Formats: sequence, C-alpha cells, structure tokens
Amino acid sequence: MIGRVWKFGDGIDTDLLAPGAYMKGSVEELAKHCLESVEPKFAASVKPGDVVVAGRNFGIGSSREQAAQALKMLGVAAVVAESFGGIFYRNAFNLGLPALVCAQAGTIEAGQQIDIDPAAGRIVVRNDGRVLTCDAVPEHLMQIVALGGLVPYLEQRFRRAG
Amino acid sequence: MTGAAAIRPQTLAQKIVARAAGRDSVSPGEIVICRVDLAMIHDSGGPRRVKPILERLGVPVWDPERVVVVSDHYVPAVDADSAAILKLTRDWVKDQAIRKFYDQQGICHVVLPERGNLTPGLFVVGGDSHSPTGGAFGCFMFGVGATDMAGVLATGETWLKMPETILIRWGGRLSDGVSAKDMMLHACTRLGMDGGDYQVVQYDGDGVRALSMTERMTLSNMAAELGAMTGLIAPDTVTAEYIAAAGGEAADIDRWQADPDADYRAVHEFDAASLAPQVAAPHSPANAGDVTSVADGKAIDQCYIGACTGAKLEDLHMAARVLKGRQIAANTRLMIAPASTRITAAAAADGTLAILTEAGAILLPSGCGACAGYGAGVLAEGERCMASTARNFQGRMGARSATVFLGSPYTVAATAVAGQIADPRPFLAEGKA
Repeated sequence: MIGRVWKFGDGIDTDLLAPGAYMKGSVEELAKHCLESVEPKFAASVKPGDVVVAGRNFGIGSSREQAAQALKMLGVAAVVAESFGGIFYRNAFNLGLPALVCAQAGTIEAGQQIDIDPAAGRIVVRNDGRVLTCDAVPEHLMQIVALGGLVPYLEQRFRRAG
Repeated sequence: MTGAAAIRPQTLAQKIVARAAGRDSVSPGEIVICRVDLAMIHDSGGPRRVKPILERLGVPVWDPERVVVVSDHYVPAVDADSAAILKLTRDWVKDQAIRKFYDQQGICHVVLPERGNLTPGLFVVGGDSHSPTGGAFGCFMFGVGATDMAGVLATGETWLKMPETILIRWGGRLSDGVSAKDMMLHACTRLGMDGGDYQVVQYDGDGVRALSMTERMTLSNMAAELGAMTGLIAPDTVTAEYIAAAGGEAADIDRWQADPDADYRAVHEFDAASLAPQVAAPHSPANAGDVTSVADGKAIDQCYIGACTGAKLEDLHMAARVLKGRQIAANTRLMIAPASTRITAAAAADGTLAILTEAGAILLPSGCGACAGYGAGVLAEGERCMASTARNFQGRMGARSATVFLGSPYTVAATAVAGQIADPRPFLAEGKA
C-alpha cells in the first residue's frame, strides 16, 4: 500500500485520538474530533489511504478502541510508530488497521509518500528511495488484518467449527 | 536434574499464564492461547460495543458465571443518551443470564475485589486500561478493547505474547503524608510512560509489603501509566486477609510466588523512606517532582478526589486527616466521588464523610466521573485542577486548555485548604499537635 504521511510526535494518547467528550455518541461523530487538539485540520483533510506516522508510545492510555476505529473510519491505511501502547496495538489489528513498529519512523517526513508492506516488515520512502525495516508482526495478527479484523476472523472460525 | 526436560525457574506471571494456557511453563516471547478465568466489562466499552459483535457471530457469552459487568462510566445518567447506555447494559445482562452485575455500585477496579471476585493465580481480562489493578491480588489481569473482549466473551480464550517481568523494588518505609500514589508518580517520572514496555511490572520490597491492600491497588492500577501489561504483587497474609473479609475464594499464597532464580528483564530499586509527596504537572503522570518544586503559588480552581486510583476508603481517610477542623479556601472547590457505594457507607459510618463535608467538600456519585471527562465535575477552558486521579492528559477532564496536576489525596486536600498547590506534611504535623 502507498500512502501520504501525516506526522505526529511522541505520546499521542487515546484522549487525543478519541476525546472523552464525544465517546457517548456515534463513532462517526467522534472521528470528526480525532487528533483535533494537536492537528485541527486532520479529520477534515485526511484522505483514504493516508498513513499516520508517529514517535514513541502511540495510543497510550485508555482501552477505548474507538481511538483506532476513528483512524480506520477516516480512511487511514496504517499507523507506523517507534512504539505503541500495548492495548492500542491489539485494538488496531482487531479492527483491521495495521500497526507497524519502525525504529526509524522519526526519519519519515510529513507529506512524503511511503510504500508499506506489513507482511514483509518493509517501508519504502518513495521520495528518496530509502528502505526502512519494521518489527515482524505475529502471523496470526497478519491473518486477522488480512480478513479485515477480529470479527470476520472469528466468523470464519465459527463457520468452520459449525 | 532431568536434563533437557528441566523447566527454567518461572516468574509469577509465567506461572499464572502457563496454568491458564494448560502448560507446565511458558517462555518470554512465546505466543500462547489462554483460557480466561474471569472477564470484566463496564457500561462504556461493554454491552453497547460487544452485543452487536456477539449477535453477528451468533453466539452468547461462553460462560455467564465467568463474566462480571459493572456500570460505572455513565453513572448516574445525565441525559437520554447515557440513560440508554445504562438501560442497554441492564437488558443485556439479563438476556445473557449474568449474575455478577454491579449497577452503579462503584468503579469496576474497586468493586471487583471488594465483592470477592479476585484471588491469586487467576487469569483475568478487563475491558478497561486500569485492569492491571487486579495484579495487586496476584492475578494476571490486563486491559483490552471491546472487540478483543467480544472475542473473549465468544470463545472464553485470548492470546498473548508472554511478557518478561520488570521488578520494581521499594526499600524502606514511607514517611507520614506520603502514599502509594507518590510512589507511582515518582516511578512514572523515573521510568517514563513506556518504561513498562507492555511487559509485566512486579512490585516488591519492604516499602510495598508494608502497604495495605488498597494502597497496593494504587501501585498496580498505575502500572497502566508505566505502559505495562499488568502490575503484579505476590500475595501474602495482607492479601489473604483482604480476600477472606471480601468473601472471596481462599488465597493459595504458597503456590503463587515466583521461583527464587526466575529471570527479570530489569530490577529497579527505589527508596520509600526518602520519598517526598509528588505532584505531576500537566499533561503527563511522568512529569512529576517533589510537591515543593512544583508548587507555583498560583490559584487552583478545582480539587478532585475520585477515580479508581484515588478515592478508596483509605484515600478518603488521608484527605480527612488533612481536612479535619479546617475549611477549603474561598477560591477553590473540592469535589469527592468515593470509588464505591460501600466505601461511601463505610466513610459515613466512621465519621469521615462528616469531616470532608464540614470542610466544604461536595460529594459526587460513585463512578469514573470527571476523571475521564464523562461525568460531573469537568473543567472550563483555562481552569487549573489538582486531582487524585491517574491521568492528566490534555483535554481529558473537560476543556482542552484546562490543566490538571496529579497528587495523592493528602496533597489534593492540602491544596484545597491552601487554594494553591501545597505540601500536606505541615498540615499533618499541626493536626498531631
């Protein structure tokens, strides 16, 4: 997948991704406020296929999976970060959003086009041709994301069992 | 020795996970499937999110006796939307024949052990990030999101990549006016919010052994702020006595201990005796220093004692020691939301509530409340708050430009009296005279 980069810093928490004030309502409404405290134009400007690139500890805080769901709903194709909050990392794959750990995420710049191969753990920065390596994703998480998330994965499992 | 068949010494976490995975042992880094002993969900991430998924899968919860539901986020209802969430929760619990349902009885992390649901060695999954709180009881308890939880409810199992354990050892004993909350703000600042690296944190040492169960719960609760998967404390007689009093299953203390030669990723040594009250400045619990270094003389608009982290009975006792015979400053307001209805009852019976309200505190319902910006007591633009909660992320407690400082219940109470960030120790010294 090839996507345009939105760049964020360290410690992007779940209150920034899914503000508590909008948690009561629909995820569609909540998504309009995703990251607005740090990048007011993000929700309105992000395009399907865009990629979020960030520093350390992306998605720390709450277990609310709306943090990942809002990004997915806005069309974000993947999140690349130096590290992730553990619960967010699981949530992202469960909702069909690949999350890739890349030590060199900080060298990717806003607006660049990057070509991501989650299965191979490889990112190519198309602007300068650099190849970045990502940590391997556990195989079952790749299967989950390939099917679109944990729910379709479980549907398949129950169908086979039934 | 039996050569190749010998099992390497295991940490407490490894022993619990191995048991849940039906194996003799498990090594760090291995991906294992575990049977879940208990699943806990609340009104926000629970029924309203998992019901559609279970319906799509066409299955009920795998075992209603292993599911605990707590309504604590949107309580009490303030509008038609929150009322609908609470009603959906009640209806679903009935539909699924779940008996362990605590409707507006307090915050899940406090209610769960209070009602005798935890005992050492259990593998517990919670639909909330502060689920590591259960680690204080020697349970491998961790938080997951709603879809993950729906998978648990449908199948009775979940996966994990076996973490290593990071040992945090507190030597010495806390001095008067310093609490578990101060220990955690200090640890977060020293190790960072990713210091736990989604591994297991385990607390030990004389400074931990000297703590009550409720104070230990604060340590485990804030393992979440270290980015750890869970925050274990090996059980001892303090654990066993709490569980017996709560009517829980008797604790097997001897079984649920690490082997003496178990491997740890790191051991961090801290000194409880020299620790001063800590205050975390906005917008991170890892942004703390001694209260005297953070105190800036500027007015604090609101003081809040609440949340799973900072409104247990002992937390209210701390606040009452500072507030007894005193009045909160005219420029501030003090709001207190006891963590459970049982805590409110106990605090009423022992005279604590009278001390708090006579000092000018406003009592709020038991629930997650203002901590996460869901309930009553949120902040206006530009307001400054001192809170006993676990997180002070930007915008979490209301308006985006509001700022939240974190401290112990002692420090929040002292700040309420002074109207600005204040060291609680002089108040306690005067109280003794």
